[in-house]
Amino acid sequence: MFENPAILKTIFGRLTLESLPLHEPIVMGTFAAVAVGGIALLAAITYFKLWTWLWKEWLTSVDHKKVGIMYMILGTVMLLRGFSDAIMMRAQQAMAFGANEGFLPAHHYDQVFTAHGVIMIFFVAMPFVTGIMNYVIPLQIGARDVSFPFLNNMSFWMTASGAVIVMMSLFIGEFARTGWLAMPPLSGIAYSPDVGVDYYIWALQIAGVGTLLSGVNLIATIVKMRAPGMSMMKMPIFCWTALCTNVLIVAAFPVLTAVLALLSLDRYIGTAIFTNELGGNPMMYVNLIWIWGHPEVYILILPLFGVFSEVTSTFSGKRLFGYTSMVYATVVITILAYLVWLHHFFTMGSGASVNSFFGITTMVISIPTGAKIFNWLFTMYRGRIRFELPMMWTVAFMITFTIGGMTGVLLAVPPADFVLHNSLFLVAHFHNVIIGGVLFGTFAAINYWFPKAFGFRLNEWWGKLSFWMWVPGFYVAFMPLYVLGLMGVTRRLRHFDDPSLQIWFVIAAIGAAMIAVGIAAFLIQIFVSVRNRETLRDTTGDPWNGRTLEWATSSPPPAYNFAFTPIVHDGDAYADMKVRGYDRPMTGFRAIHMPKNTGTGVILAGFATALGFGMIWYIWWLAAASMLGLIATSIIHTFNYKRDYHIPVEEVERTEAARTALLNQNKVTTA
Amino acid sequence: MVVMNPSGDVALQQRDLILVATGLMLLVIVPVIALTVLFAWRYRAGNKDAKYEPNWDHSTQLELVIWAIPLLIIIVLGAVTWVSTHVLDPYRPIERLGPGRLVAKDVRPLEVQVVALDWKWLFIYPEYGIATVNQLAAPVDRPIEFKLTSSTVMNAFYIPSLAGMIYAMPGMETKLHAVINKPGNYDGISSNYSGAGYSGMKFRFYGMSDQGFAQWVASVRAKPMPLTRANYLQLEKPTENVRPMHFGRVDPQLYKAALNMCVRPGSMCMDRMMMIDSMGGGGKHSAEPKNGVGHAEGALEKQPEEKGAPGHWSTPRKPGAPGAQQPGAQQNRDLTLNRTPPAATPGTRQSARA
Repeated sequence: MFENPAILKTIFGRLTLESLPLHEPIVMGTFAAVAVGGIALLAAITYFKLWTWLWKEWLTSVDHKKVGIMYMILGTVMLLRGFSDAIMMRAQQAMAFGANEGFLPAHHYDQVFTAHGVIMIFFVAMPFVTGIMNYVIPLQIGARDVSFPFLNNMSFWMTASGAVIVMMSLFIGEFARTGWLAMPPLSGIAYSPDVGVDYYIWALQIAGVGTLLSGVNLIATIVKMRAPGMSMMKMPIFCWTALCTNVLIVAAFPVLTAVLALLSLDRYIGTAIFTNELGGNPMMYVNLIWIWGHPEVYILILPLFGVFSEVTSTFSGKRLFGYTSMVYATVVITILAYLVWLHHFFTMGSGASVNSFFGITTMVISIPTGAKIFNWLFTMYRGRIRFELPMMWTVAFMITFTIGGMTGVLLAVPPADFVLHNSLFLVAHFHNVIIGGVLFGTFAAINYWFPKAFGFRLNEWWGKLSFWMWVPGFYVAFMPLYVLGLMGVTRRLRHFDDPSLQIWFVIAAIGAAMIAVGIAAFLIQIFVSVRNRETLRDTTGDPWNGRTLEWATSSPPPAYNFAFTPIVHDGDAYADMKVRGYDRPMTGFRAIHMPKNTGTGVILAGFATALGFGMIWYIWWLAAASMLGLIATSIIHTFNYKRDYHIPVEEVERTEAARTALLNQNKVTTA
Repeated sequence: MVVMNPSGDVALQQRDLILVATGLMLLVIVPVIALTVLFAWRYRAGNKDAKYEPNWDHSTQLELVIWAIPLLIIIVLGAVTWVSTHVLDPYRPIERLGPGRLVAKDVRPLEVQVVALDWKWLFIYPEYGIATVNQLAAPVDRPIEFKLTSSTVMNAFYIPSLAGMIYAMPGMETKLHAVINKPGNYDGISSNYSGAGYSGMKFRFYGMSDQGFAQWVASVRAKPMPLTRANYLQLEKPTENVRPMHFGRVDPQLYKAALNMCVRPGSMCMDRMMMIDSMGGGGKHSAEPKNGVGHAEGALEKQPEEKGAPGHWSTPRKPGAPGAQQPGAQQNRDLTLNRTPPAATPGTRQSARA
C-alpha cells in the first residue's frame, strides 16, 4: 500500500496497518466480539463505580486468597480461548477430506494448533494449578499468607502479562506456526521470519518469571510457615505434592528460560546455536526443551494428585490410606521426572541402549503412580463415600487416568513408540492424562474449595450436567483418536485424502461439542450459584466435614485466615481437633500484623508487556524504555517502607464475634 | 488399522510388541478399574451394611502388594523393552525377513538415500543411479537400508505398513532398516510437522516383485531429466502437494552434498568445516559468506529499512509480490495452499481450493 520510510520503521518497527487481520472474517468476528464484550465490561465497571474497589481490593491485593482466585479466573478465561482453538481444529479435521480443504488455510490452522497447546499448558493448566496451590496451601498449614506476599501478586501479573501477549497475537500479527514447543530449525528466523515465534518466546519468558518466582515463594511458605506441631510428615498430602511441584518448577523452569533465551539470540543477534549452519545443532534445543518439558507434566499433575487425595479422604470419611507411601511415591516421581525426557524423541536416532534406558526409567514412574492409585482405592475401601461433585470427578479421574497411564507406558516402549510417536494415538494419550488428570482434578478442586473461598456451595444440578458432559464427552472425543493413531494417522494434519477416516473425526468432533456443553454448564453453574448464594450459603466453614486446617476457619476466611495460629497434633489436623472437642478461642485476641497491598506488581507487568511488544515488533526504543521502567520500578519499590499494617484488635474481635454468632445460630437451627 | 495389520516384518514385530505390552499392563489395569467401580459402589454412603473403619489407614502387607505388583510387571516389561529395543534398533541391519526366515548371507540390502525437502520426499537409488520424488519402490523380501537427511527443517519418515518412523534432520543422517513382505501400494508420510505444506507431504510406497521392480527401475531410467545439482536447487524450493517425479540419472555425490548442506556451488561442506574445526579452526577464513541464502541475519543486525513489514497472514497476495512471481522463493514460507498461484514448478498440482 505505502512504503515505510526509515523513520516510521524506527518508530513502529515492523508494525504496520497491514499487520491487522482485516481480511480474515473469523479473526475479525472474534475481535469484534472481544471488543464489544470488553467495552461492555469496562463500561459496567465504570457505571457501577467499581474501579477503586477493583484496584484496591483485587488487582493490587497481596492476599494469597485473592491472588489464588485471580489465577483461577485467568485460567478459566484462557480455557475458553484454548477450547475455541480445539473446536476449530476438530471442525477443520472433520470436514477437510478429498476435494474439501476445510475452512482453515494452513497458515491459520498451524497457528491454531500451536496456540491451543501453548495456551492450554501455560495459561490454563498452570494458572489453575498455581491458583489452587496459592489459595489452599497457607490455609492448610495454618499460615496467614505466603512467605513473600508482594512477590506472589507480581508472579500473578507476570503470568497475566504472558497471557495478554498471547491474546494480542490473535489480533495484531500472528502466533507461531511451529507446534507448541517451537522446535528449530522451523522456529529459527530463516524458516519463521514473522512475529509468531517472537510472540511465543516473549509470552513464555514473561509468564515464566511469574511461574518461577511463585515456585520459590510456595517452597519457602511450605518449608518455613507451617503451624507449630506440623512436622513435614504431618502436613496434608496436598502440601507435599505442592512442595514437590514447586521444587520441580524451580529446577525446571530456568531450563526453559535458558533455551528460549538461546533461541532469541539466534533470532535477534544472529548467533547459530540451533541453526543448521555454522555448527548449530537443533537437537540440542529438543533435548533442552524436553528437560524442562517432561518435569512440566509432573508439575501439572502432582498438585492434582494431592487434590484427589484430600477429596478421597474427606468424602470417604477416612484417613488417607498409606500416607507415608504416598509421600515417598510423590518424591520418587519428582526425582524420576528428570530422568525420562528422551522418551519424547526415541525416533530421533539415539542408540538402542540410550532408548532402552529412558524407556525403562519412564516405566519405573508408573510404579509410584500405580501405588498412588491403589492408595486412593484403599482409602475408599471400608469408607462411607459421599458422592458429592468433587468425589465424582475423583472416581472419573481414577478410571480415566489409569487408561491414560497404560497408553503412556505403551509409548515408553521404544519400538512401539516408533509406530505411535507423533500419531493421534499420542495426542489421545496426553489428553487422556491431562484432561483426565489435571482438568478433572481442577474441577474436583473448584467444587471442593469453592464454598471455602466464597462462603457458598456450587449448584449441584449444573455441576452434575457439566460432569456428565465432560466425562463421556472426553471419551467420545479422544477414543477415536486412539483408533486413528493405530490407523497410522499423524498429528497436526490439516487435510486428509482417505475418506474412510472421516467418520472417526466426526465422532471426535461430537465429543468436542459435548465438552463445549460441559464448559458452558460449568460457567452457568457458577452464575446460578452466585445468584442463589443465599440458599447455598455455608455458615459452618466446614461444609464437607473436612479433615484439614482450612476447614477450621470461616467461609470465606477472614483476611488474616486464623485469629490464632492453630497448634497441630495430628496429620488430619482439623479432624483430630473435632474428635478431641476443640473449643474455638473467644477472647484474648490481638492485633494482627499483615502485608499491605501494592500496585508495583501491576506496573511491573505493564512494563513487561510493553517490553515484549517492543521486542516482538522490533520497536527497539519501546523495548529499551520498558526495560528501564522495569528496573526503575523495582528500585523504587525497594524504598517503599510502608509495606505492612496491623489489623486492629477491635476488627479482629468484631470478625470473630460475627462468626461466633453465625455458628451459634447454626447450632440452634440444626438442634 | 494399518499399525495393527502391517505388511513388513519390522512393523509386524512392533505390532506384536504393542500387543504383548498391552496384555501385560491389562493384568493390573483391569483389576484396578474393576476395584474402583466395586469400591465406589460397595462403600457408598447409602450402604449401611458395608463395614466402616474411619481410622484404618495402614497395612504393611497391603502396601507390599501394591508396590510389588506394578514392580513385577515393570520388571517383565523392562526386560521385554531392553531386548526388543536392541533387536528392533532402526540402525541395526535386519536379520530376518519374517518369522523363521533369516536373511541370506550374500544378500545386499537395497540402499535408498532419502532427502526430506519442503514439502516432498526425494529418494535416490545409488545402486541404480536413479532418483524419484514422492514415489518409492522396493522389491518384496529384499532388505532395505534407508539413509535419511533433510534440506531445511525436521521431518519424520514413516511408512506405517513397513516399519516405525525415523526423523530426517538437516545436516545429520539417520538410518532405518526394513523389509516389505507383501506386494502392494502403501501410504508414506511425513510424521513430524514441518511447516505450511506438511499435510501434503505424502508419497506412495510400492512393494513389487523382483521383476516388477526391475521394470520400474528401467522405466525411471528411461526418463531424460537428470537430477543434477542445479536441478536439485530448483527442486529444493518450497512446493506443496507435489506429484511423483522421476529422474533417469543422478549426480552420484548429490546425497553427500545434501547431507553436508553444500549443494549450492561455493558453499563449504559441513564435514569439511568439522575437519577444519577439529584441526583447530580456520578463523575468519572458514566463515561462510553471508550472501542471503546461507545464514539468516538476526533482527538486531537489521537496518530500519530492512525490518520488512510482513503484513497480516490473511492479506491477499499482491500480484507483484515476490512469492507470487517465483513459486520457490523464500517468501513462500509465508504463503498457504489456497493462495499459492498456479505452480510453474514441474510436478506440482494446484490446490483443489483455488
